[in-house]
Amino acid sequence: MAEVLERVTKIIVDRLGVDEGQVTLEASFKDDLGADSLDVVELVMELEDEFNTEISDDDAEKIATVGDAVNYINSKM
Amino acid sequence: MRLEGKAVLVTGASRGIGREVALELAREGANVAINYAGSEAKAAEVAEEIKTMGREAIVIQADVSNPEAVDAMVKETIEVFGKLDILVNNAGITKDNLLMRMKESDWDDVININLKGVFLCTKAVTRQMMKQRCGRIINISSIVGVSGNAGQANYVAAKAGVIGLTKTTAKELATRGITVNAVAPGFITTDMTDKLNDDTKAEMLKQIPLGKLGEPSDVAKTVAFLASEDSRYMTGQTLHVDGGMVM
Repeated sequence: MAEVLERVTKIIVDRLGVDEGQVTLEASFKDDLGADSLDVVELVMELEDEFNTEISDDDAEKIATVGDAVNYINSKM
Repeated sequence: MRLEGKAVLVTGASRGIGREVALELAREGANVAINYAGSEAKAAEVAEEIKTMGREAIVIQADVSNPEAVDAMVKETIEVFGKLDILVNNAGITKDNLLMRMKESDWDDVININLKGVFLCTKAVTRQMMKQRCGRIINISSIVGVSGNAGQANYVAAKAGVIGLTKTTAKELATRGITVNAVAPGFITTDMTDKLNDDTKAEMLKQIPLGKLGEPSDVAKTVAFLASEDSRYMTGQTLHVDGGMVM
């Protein structure tokens, strides 16, 4: 869990240019981290590459917060 | 040469405008994936011609209205060339008839290839181009998509749809360095226009201020411009290559 969060956080920090401290499990990509729709699509793409998994469009649409992403990846591993 | 080392996918590239686009982009230095639906031998000829220019060329059979086939085609192109810089959505068919006589299947077939095909191919390349932070998508529409044309309700609806799709895709992808433009050819001498009867052709010529049909190379050179850095400040546009028919 901790390791997944760490890797997810690094991607979010790189991609969205936010401070690590802002990346909490509750943080919403769009509302709290300044991402637009396309940013979220790109984050999902990077998560797919990082964790070598495929995230379906239906599942991707449900990922709104950092916690959603971490939980999704944990459920797949 | 404006496209040295660029990786290009041209749909419907075995004949007509697509063939000339593939050849022109290769002349500008690009490596080209030649998509075809049925004309395998002709696609292979285009590939051979490109190879004699010292560029790489591959041929890929795929029905652009089939999502799995499109995904496989894009994947293969990226595997072979290691990237994908330029997509030219050119594949198209006609099944002309007056609206009152047009079969539902004729409507569906033309919309599926000419409009849905553009959507599917664009969607399939977007991931790669977003990662690259650059890309060029060029959609071949038609001047009748702007002006309308009796007897081509399906084709015109698809080609007008392509113009709207071009604008929307351009807006969605602009921040990622991807430009999306369309070319709207007028009457160009191809297999598709050869099917028209003489009366129709005479009628057409009257509508063209420049007084002659266009050549596939007229379209190809415009596509090459849109594929190159020369057009970097343009996106969402539809360029008419029609001898002045529609202004």
